[in-house]
Amino acid sequence: MQRIFGLIKDRVGALLADGTVDRVIGWEKGEFLYDHTPAIFNAEDDLVDLVYDGFCASNLSKYLIDESKKDGKILALLKPCDTYNFNQLIKEHRINRDNVYVLGIECRGMLDIDKIRALGIKGIEKVEEQGDELYIQTIYGDKTCKRNEVLLEKCINCKGKEHVAYDELVTSGEDIPQVESNRFEDVEKLEAMTSDERFAFWRGELSKCIRCNACRNVCPICSCVECVFDNKDSVVASKANTDEFEENLFHIIRAFHVAGRCTDCGECSRVCPQGIPLHLLNRKIIKDINEFYGEYQAGQDTNSLGPLTDFTKEDVEPSIITEKGGEK
Amino acid sequence: MQKIGVFVCWCGSNIAATVDVKAVVDAVSHEPGVVYATDYQYMCSEGGQSQIRQAIKDFGLTGIVVCSCSPRMHESTFRKTAISAGLNPYMVEIANIREQCSWIHKDREDATEKAIILARTAVAKLNLNRPLTPGESPVVKRALVIGGGIAGIQSALDIAEAGYEVDIVEKSPTIGGKMAQLDKTFPTLDCAACILTPKMVDAASNENINLYTYSEVEDVSGFVGNFTVKIRKKARSINADICSGCGVCTEKCPSRKAKDEFNMGLSNRGAIYIPFAQAIPNVPVIDREQCIKFKTGKCGLCEMNCPAGAIDFKQQDELVERQYGAIIVATGFKPISLENFDEFSYSQCPDVITSLELERIMNAAGPTKGKLLRPSDNTPPRTMVFVQCVGSRDTSGCGKTYCSKICCMYTAKHAMLIKEKYPDIDVHVFYIDVRTPGKNFDEFYRRAVEEYGVNYIKGMVGKVAERNGKLLVQGSDLLADDQIIIEADMVVLATAIEPDESARNLATMLTASIDTNDFFTEAHPKLRPVESPTAGVYLSGVCQGPKDIPETVAQASAAAAKVIGLLAKDKLRSNPCVASSNEMLCNGCSTCENVCPYGAISYVSKEIRSAGKMEVRRVAEVNEAICQGCGACTVVCPSGAMDLKGFTNKQIMAEVDAICR
Repeated sequence: MQRIFGLIKDRVGALLADGTVDRVIGWEKGEFLYDHTPAIFNAEDDLVDLVYDGFCASNLSKYLIDESKKDGKILALLKPCDTYNFNQLIKEHRINRDNVYVLGIECRGMLDIDKIRALGIKGIEKVEEQGDELYIQTIYGDKTCKRNEVLLEKCINCKGKEHVAYDELVTSGEDIPQVESNRFEDVEKLEAMTSDERFAFWRGELSKCIRCNACRNVCPICSCVECVFDNKDSVVASKANTDEFEENLFHIIRAFHVAGRCTDCGECSRVCPQGIPLHLLNRKIIKDINEFYGEYQAGQDTNSLGPLTDFTKEDVEPSIITEKGGEK
Repeated sequence: MQKIGVFVCWCGSNIAATVDVKAVVDAVSHEPGVVYATDYQYMCSEGGQSQIRQAIKDFGLTGIVVCSCSPRMHESTFRKTAISAGLNPYMVEIANIREQCSWIHKDREDATEKAIILARTAVAKLNLNRPLTPGESPVVKRALVIGGGIAGIQSALDIAEAGYEVDIVEKSPTIGGKMAQLDKTFPTLDCAACILTPKMVDAASNENINLYTYSEVEDVSGFVGNFTVKIRKKARSINADICSGCGVCTEKCPSRKAKDEFNMGLSNRGAIYIPFAQAIPNVPVIDREQCIKFKTGKCGLCEMNCPAGAIDFKQQDELVERQYGAIIVATGFKPISLENFDEFSYSQCPDVITSLELERIMNAAGPTKGKLLRPSDNTPPRTMVFVQCVGSRDTSGCGKTYCSKICCMYTAKHAMLIKEKYPDIDVHVFYIDVRTPGKNFDEFYRRAVEEYGVNYIKGMVGKVAERNGKLLVQGSDLLADDQIIIEADMVVLATAIEPDESARNLATMLTASIDTNDFFTEAHPKLRPVESPTAGVYLSGVCQGPKDIPETVAQASAAAAKVIGLLAKDKLRSNPCVASSNEMLCNGCSTCENVCPYGAISYVSKEIRSAGKMEVRRVAEVNEAICQGCGACTVVCPSGAMDLKGFTNKQIMAEVDAICR
């Protein structure tokens, strides 16, 4: 991780210095070692604050909606999975591609601080990443753990190490192991439930929601000029604000709004302070889309029509709902 | 605040017998905005309508809810009522308490409760209605007829006679359809070719009619008055402009393996062929799957012998794009496959044939030159058995549940023709019922029985089996309460008919609806039988349901009359319920543009003042003249910027709230 960070920093510095780009969006140290925060760097000298390690999970593509509207060119550090959202936003005409220089950066998977803590590693002062091992300094002494044991959920189900959009790549050339996983495993468990059980499950989860809107605000797809939930004329806003049950619908409406566009980046669940597995709503829809219309990955390209906005005569008939739905 | 009047119709006893209309009036009169509510026996009658007009005047109503039948039935009626009382027609809402309530419920209490909910839903929506004004759209003065059988030909001729251009698209190499394959027609027994081929010639020679044979409709876009249709002209491999139709090529062709479709596979044809002598156009076509030149690269005998040099092996499919004001579907039918009916041994015994095959055998231009001979050994039959309702009126799931309608009459015709020509042949007909409604039809059937001595047996055939060159037909005689076995030489199956397989695909392209049997559905089964529910799309012939030639021709002319009525207009009043985009909310994502079936949405860069600063944004614009109000854009718009006038998101939410209250 140290080595790739060095390579990135050198390259970013050079591109700023030679005038290829005017600004850089990357991450800077946060209050705690595990909460690196998106930041804009305007000059080479500012790069002292730039960081890149296993705690840079934030997807920077959403920031480019506003940043690419400004004058000058911005360099964006995008991990492979971030580039899917970048593509999706290009497809939706939200990012001015001409004003962005995508530096595709290598990623070994991002770390979940809660999983590290769950291993009994407390009082963390420093995390050093060396290949597949983590060396952690704590106030109780040094600890180690395997990187693969503490990956974020979204990184366990990694989309792969390939960038689908970039102007330039920075890689270390090191071999990066891929974790074996089935991203629909949890969805299948939900599908196996009766509808009453499933309803109880979601009521239980969604009732934890405090409507902090973190999931919406972080979601690179939820990027409407004005969100329907902020628009008092939209009728859904007032309902979600006044009714406890309809507040649960906030998440379901949101899942439908991003259906066919969600890249499964997992940011919604990562940022949820209440630990609601929101990504499962999106994944269920992705799974259905794959089964109904063939495998589809939003953000794979910038020009195809998504399966929900495209019509072909091979599309399933609406009756598939009754054929598939109901009690199992 | 609106001042709403609610008018609850009894529809005689249709509604009032199941729904307590007084209770609906009482309940709805307390709804917000409602200032007047009443009920009446027949709201659509002049009396009912004048009550509405009077109430609009007396109470200064700004909108009315009529609780009655489906809006498909009388929405336009009540809109006219509103106009005559000075009210905007889009301030009328219909609560369908008949089709969606009284007709489908038995319990009076439940039905009344539901009717009240439906009524208050309409009131909730109407509270948010705004007056709308329709625009105008132009009409392309040309019609498209899809299918070149008797239905399509008749429709095209009638439209052309009225002075409008018509294109016929026919997928096979010639027009004429199934009727061209028939020998004689009931009940007059005149020859099908004698009455059809002059019409085919008329169609070909009419300067208003343009034939696209061996062509298929590939794509349809647009809307009533303004359809754009892509037609694929499949490569005939013949330059039709210079071909004289001499037929030398068809004689020289050494390939003889292809089954002749026109003769129902009872004879073979060359790889280059003209389907039948009177085909129109009289231009051959090369069946590339059979042609030795296409298969091996060697041969080319047709090319060498063609005096006009018309053979073109390199010819490609051609795509033509044409504009039409109206489209007539006349895709016709085909007999069903008999794969589910092994008991009749159709696939094993060549002497078990379908009725359409018998038509070809009896026809002077058919495989046996009109002699009645068994396909297996070319000997004349002594005993013939006809089996009716093969796959028709079938509730076993193997066939079709409907009556194919034409079989009783053509079976009587076949029996009579055979007895007339070969009086020594014994003819037996197994039937479930003989259905002969129609002018001179029953007389025709009685002649078969009484004059010609055809043996009609009420009962079904259980099994046909071949033994020693004979067909053992085992059936029941219900009237004699007896199981019988007839030793027959030929068995003719009156096979059920079903819509042509192109119907389904075409229905999708036209956004016209089809029923569970793939027959096109009418806008109204009784009052609008030749119109599809999709404006500008009309139905002609068996594609809409089984019918015989006189009915088909009548319906074809009826569809033509509807089309002529449409094409006679210079402008159509367009639906004012069109989409509009709120540019303040528009993300510029193009999703609406991608889903719009009419190409009505485009994007422009526009200066928008938002939160105090000017910003150039990419925003959607709707061309109201092109928008058909389907609402697809409103559904996909993530930010809710797209909305549909008359069916706004707010109105729909108000309806949902009223239902869930």
